Amino acid sequence: MAGLFQRTTKRSGANVGLTIDGEAIEAQAGDLLITAILLHRTSLRRFEFGDGQRAGFCMMAACQDCWVRLADGRRVRACSTLVAPGMAVLIEGDGVD
Amino acid sequence: MTEPIVVIVGAGPAGVRAAEALAHAGLRPIVLDEAARPGGQIYRQPPGASGRVSTDIYGFDAKKATAIHRVLSDHTDRIDHRPDTLVWNVFGPKLDLLTADGYREQPFDHLILATGAMDRVLPFPGWTLPGVFTLGGAQVALKAQGVSIGRRVALVGAGPLLPLVTHQYAKAGVSVVAALDVTAFGSKLAQAPRMLASAGTLAKGLWYTARNRLRRLDVRYGVRSIRVEGDGRVEALRWRDAAGHEHRVDCDAVGASFGLRPEAQLADLAGCRFVFDVDARQWMPERSAEGRSSVPGIYLAGDGARIGGADVAELQGRRTALALLEDLGRAVDRRELLRLDRGLARQARFRRALDAAYPYPSHLLDAVGDDEIVCRCEGITVGALRQAAHERDAREINRTKAFTRIGMGRCQGRVCGEAAAELLARACDSDLERVGRLRGQAPVKPIPIVVGSGA
Repeated sequence: MAGLFQRTTKRSGANVGLTIDGEAIEAQAGDLLITAILLHRTSLRRFEFGDGQRAGFCMMAACQDCWVRLADGRRVRACSTLVAPGMAVLIEGDGVD
Repeated sequence: MTEPIVVIVGAGPAGVRAAEALAHAGLRPIVLDEAARPGGQIYRQPPGASGRVSTDIYGFDAKKATAIHRVLSDHTDRIDHRPDTLVWNVFGPKLDLLTADGYREQPFDHLILATGAMDRVLPFPGWTLPGVFTLGGAQVALKAQGVSIGRRVALVGAGPLLPLVTHQYAKAGVSVVAALDVTAFGSKLAQAPRMLASAGTLAKGLWYTARNRLRRLDVRYGVRSIRVEGDGRVEALRWRDAAGHEHRVDCDAVGASFGLRPEAQLADLAGCRFVFDVDARQWMPERSAEGRSSVPGIYLAGDGARIGGADVAELQGRRTALALLEDLGRAVDRRELLRLDRGLARQARFRRALDAAYPYPSHLLDAVGDDEIVCRCEGITVGALRQAAHERDAREINRTKAFTRIGMGRCQGRVCGEAAAELLARACDSDLERVGRLRGQAPVKPIPIVVGSGA
């Protein structure tokens, strides 16, 4: 599935493997989590107070709209969290891989 | 005599230049910054070694950006730079921090807040759809990550950021399908002579405009309304032009925001007095020309107190540091003071012209229906706000907050606060100033709750 974002620049950085709802994706070292997810998906999570999905907004750690759930129980702000090998992001999933 | 503890919050252009001036005077300031690398948002650095060239990232401002990036690492013996450190409260003479190692406290004798700014936003139909970002956010994606927010991007603004981001996106090879300014073109012409106060900045703006024109990317001015459409994500932007004609353009992302607002929460918690600035239509912490706040020992530099842009922030950072040194009884260079004060006065004239050329488009709110969300955090609607104003006589924004929870979500009112006050003023036919402003609360950003002692 095509994501929201697209890369405009080639840059250096080793490949980093992570999963989204159990599906393996490749990110690059230096990618923020929001970048890694939105290159492959169109949202970060379901909106918890109403309909629809959310995909972030300000990209500078101010609006708090981009938090995502990880399988280890953490909730992190995707626009200020770098990808790390083995990160397991849950968008639609309920925590069960 | 023991050295006073001087703490600077923020490692953007203002904080960095303040730290440099203090270090040169023999102090050893502590610089706390939420980011991993210095530069702030304007000169934000990609994480790690990206292999990208600075002119590709920062354009005309590459030299300035690189200079700012180097100051702290060039003075490691005299500036104590602590990255990845969130300051989430000011309580008396100490700061509450969240660091990689957990919660910490940082006492201070003198504090310089250089906390920067974020995009100024207001709700419009479809603004919570995935694919809608602020203009600043669209720019950060490009600068810090080398990604665009979409493939066919529509950009909407009310200020000089719009032609800049349009230029940057087009240069990166992204299809910019519309560049819309919701303010009138006439106001720019009227203010052009006053903008000569900062000829360099004006010239850059004209250059971006010219480059955009070559690409047939003219900014359309005086846009009256915008509406983002899509099922689960952005699919199109509908807009009405100055003559009232409807347009629709297919796109998969929208960058939209309407100027900048100071990140002033820490100044609020520190007890600084706030004033309403009529030109900017914003509340901001009171700051003297020298950078002093209303609280002795607390200083304000850069966009965190009044929007001025990166060049002003550098001048102010330096000026504020000199004011602090004077207050410590240290000798300062009079000629340097004069030079900085002249520069700042000239920039202030430019800023007043800019505020007049790009007024905050609060009139857009009149067309926003009751069902639209104003609080992105908790989904509180425009209608809920209007209802509280009418039925519960909530004519002051903190009273409205108590009734509706507006401003109580994770962002602490950063995103919704100004729009909510505008909506309230319009709903009860009052002045924006009389409606007041949301009071700051700690923590200024969400922090994890630690149960037990195993932090």
